[in-house]
Amino acid sequence: MSSHAHTGHAVVVEPSGFIRKYIFSVDHKVIGIQYFLLALTAVCVGIVLSLLMRFHLVYPGAHLPFVSGGILTPEQYLALVTMHGTIMVFFVLTTAPQGGFGNYFLPIQIGAPDMAFPRLNMLSFWVTFLAFVAILAAFVVPGGAPISGWTGYTPLSGMGEVTGPGEGWGQTLWIISISLFCLASLLGALNFIATTIDLRAPGMTLFRMPLTVWGWFVTAILGLLAFGVLLAGGILLLLDRSAGTSFFLPAGLVVNDQLQPHSGGSPLLWQHLFWFFGHPEVYIAILPGMGVASHMLSTFSRKPVFGYRAMAMAICAIGFLGFMVWGHHMFLSGMSPYSGFTFSVLTMSIGVPSAIKTFNWIGTLWGGKIQFKSPMLFALGFVSLFVSGGLSGLFLAQPAVDNMLHATYYVVAHFHLVMGVAAIFGIFAATYFWFPKMFGRMMSEPLGKLHFWFTFIGTYCIFMPMHFVGIAGGIRRYADSTGTTYAAVLQPLHMFMTYAAFITGAAQLIFLFNFFWSLKHGAIAGKNPWNATTLEWITDSPPPIDNFGGHYPSVYRGPYEFSVPGYKQDFIPQNLTPEEAALLKLK
Amino acid sequence: MPGSTVTEEVELIGTGKGGGGDSSRDDGGSGGGGDEWKGSSGSARVPQRAYVTGMVIALSGILMFFMALVSAYIVRKDMPNSAWVQLNVPRILWLNTLILIASSFTLARSRSRFLGNDEAGFRHWWGVTTILGIFFLIGQVIAWRQLAAAGLFLATNPASSFFYVFTAAHGLHLLGGVLALLLVAFRPTHNLTRGTATEIVSMYWHFMDGLWVFLFLLLLLGR
Repeated sequence: MSSHAHTGHAVVVEPSGFIRKYIFSVDHKVIGIQYFLLALTAVCVGIVLSLLMRFHLVYPGAHLPFVSGGILTPEQYLALVTMHGTIMVFFVLTTAPQGGFGNYFLPIQIGAPDMAFPRLNMLSFWVTFLAFVAILAAFVVPGGAPISGWTGYTPLSGMGEVTGPGEGWGQTLWIISISLFCLASLLGALNFIATTIDLRAPGMTLFRMPLTVWGWFVTAILGLLAFGVLLAGGILLLLDRSAGTSFFLPAGLVVNDQLQPHSGGSPLLWQHLFWFFGHPEVYIAILPGMGVASHMLSTFSRKPVFGYRAMAMAICAIGFLGFMVWGHHMFLSGMSPYSGFTFSVLTMSIGVPSAIKTFNWIGTLWGGKIQFKSPMLFALGFVSLFVSGGLSGLFLAQPAVDNMLHATYYVVAHFHLVMGVAAIFGIFAATYFWFPKMFGRMMSEPLGKLHFWFTFIGTYCIFMPMHFVGIAGGIRRYADSTGTTYAAVLQPLHMFMTYAAFITGAAQLIFLFNFFWSLKHGAIAGKNPWNATTLEWITDSPPPIDNFGGHYPSVYRGPYEFSVPGYKQDFIPQNLTPEEAALLKLK
Repeated sequence: MPGSTVTEEVELIGTGKGGGGDSSRDDGGSGGGGDEWKGSSGSARVPQRAYVTGMVIALSGILMFFMALVSAYIVRKDMPNSAWVQLNVPRILWLNTLILIASSFTLARSRSRFLGNDEAGFRHWWGVTTILGIFFLIGQVIAWRQLAAAGLFLATNPASSFFYVFTAAHGLHLLGGVLALLLVAFRPTHNLTRGTATEIVSMYWHFMDGLWVFLFLLLLLGR
């Protein structure tokens, strides 16, 4: 940016060099796309890892050409589990909805030319990038990737090489990567919150903000309060590993016949610090998706969001409650039954705002002129997956039931549906919806629909049987369950899930093809291909460097004025003045 | 205009108007309305209050970070078989604490001189604050050296571990504060007016001061 000091107005000029324009850009739109591409790369890695796991579960003895020794060892399987979880949760589910779409569209939707602190924004992307490089490096260092899961539970994660391959450099890199990610997310959250509070266009009151902005805003607040705690935990864990302290490591641990030098630490302390971050993290992944789903459901039903204020307040309530329920990840840790009961009740109380959201989504659809475009399909898929996955949460929220199910595939099925794939569907909906704005061209509708149906049915084929495997006692994280009779009978189900996973994985190639093909060959989109109302649709596609070409909008109405009776068109953009709107009235 | 009445709602956090009060003074040629950034003229200036908001947000995040460490300290200290050996804090910490508290007063004086358009007084007290900050950091390093001389290192026992972690984390943050003081003194800022810059640096500095007093009391009394 250059500024003309003599006029006092900073005129935004597009930088000319390639590096300033596309690599070290301070433009939130470029940074948003950078985040998106980072997440796209990460999700490809993550999917490959999960397919390897699925393959190994049904063919544990198969020879794999790229594995040293030919056959995947249990430790290597655990490394796959760890890396899949870490990469997906941090670098996909946290990065794409918030860093990607939030970065790109939050400023435009509130009528701002950029984030409040553009250079900080650039810094947060590049620190995230470093974190991603660090986690990928864990694959290639001696010993390979860490094996302690995406939760990095101590003492396993705290002791170094003695506890297994991957626990040397791999685990250290994991901690460094996560700590860097925390730092980057804190900077990003700061930017999002300040931007939302102080950079809204005239007339853009809090309750005129699109629900997407509400989602990103509350997510940023969660990130601000949660990532600092994980950062603190990460630093202490790193000290335990490399400086010989004993924050998390108890005395008398004997690993591989070696007595460890630590004393008095508390492995549970790590779990508390981790899950105090980890549960809000779940909402960090899903709240933007909720905003996106509300936005699409309204736009493609041509109806206002049913109960807009309740939707906004439900997002806040979920965010607030999200900080009080981390203990439900630790029912098995031997916590006092009173604590367990408290966490259980609080956890189930999240069902209330969640039900408000679901009810209002259905209310939004009710009686609407529904257009089944690709973004709408994925938004509907989001609601479906959120409900299916959320229902099993009510069972897991009860300590007595959780005791039975916690170590089984039931939990895997639950969190993949409600947090993993639901958030991914939110990302897909956002991609199909905003692609025209970001790149000026439409994505192919037929390919989008094909992609949706394969992914939607495939997802259920993978994760619905997984509940049964869990109820039947199929233990998660086991590399091979063919050796026992009770688990071996579950193999046909595993086989089915693996086939479903491979087909669903392959169907994502449709999306990749559609994405890159449409960049060049998609139909020209125009300013407002969906006849939507929010501010990003009043500017060019893609938007100019300062988003609105110097003509910053004022806002006169709420974000979802669809099908207002008595008007010639079924949508009224937020920036339309009452006088302009009067011209649209039917005579 | 229906939209013109809503601007007060942005004061979500009670930070006041931020640098708005003094921006007219050092905004130079912006011709008034330095706090406004929109309008038909195509101004793309970030409003000064965003920096104040940003500082409040940053301090909340920093507070969560330190509270995580503090809760770890409380939990770890009371573990059964915690191997906790009480640490007698080096006496120089009392001096350091006094220095840091004094620096808050000099900074407040500097800021009031600034608001009173007394440039020389502002620079004088700003400089004094910077030097006191550097003294504090040197004092903390001396405290470390005294501990090390007594054979207490990071990994010696949990109390010493937490001592080093608290002081290092706070020291790093305070080092950032010293750098910010120097930046404001020597380098003109880009969008940020000096009024806002001095305000947010003051917020940060007083926060770090208060945080240190809290940590110091915790180390002293939390036995």
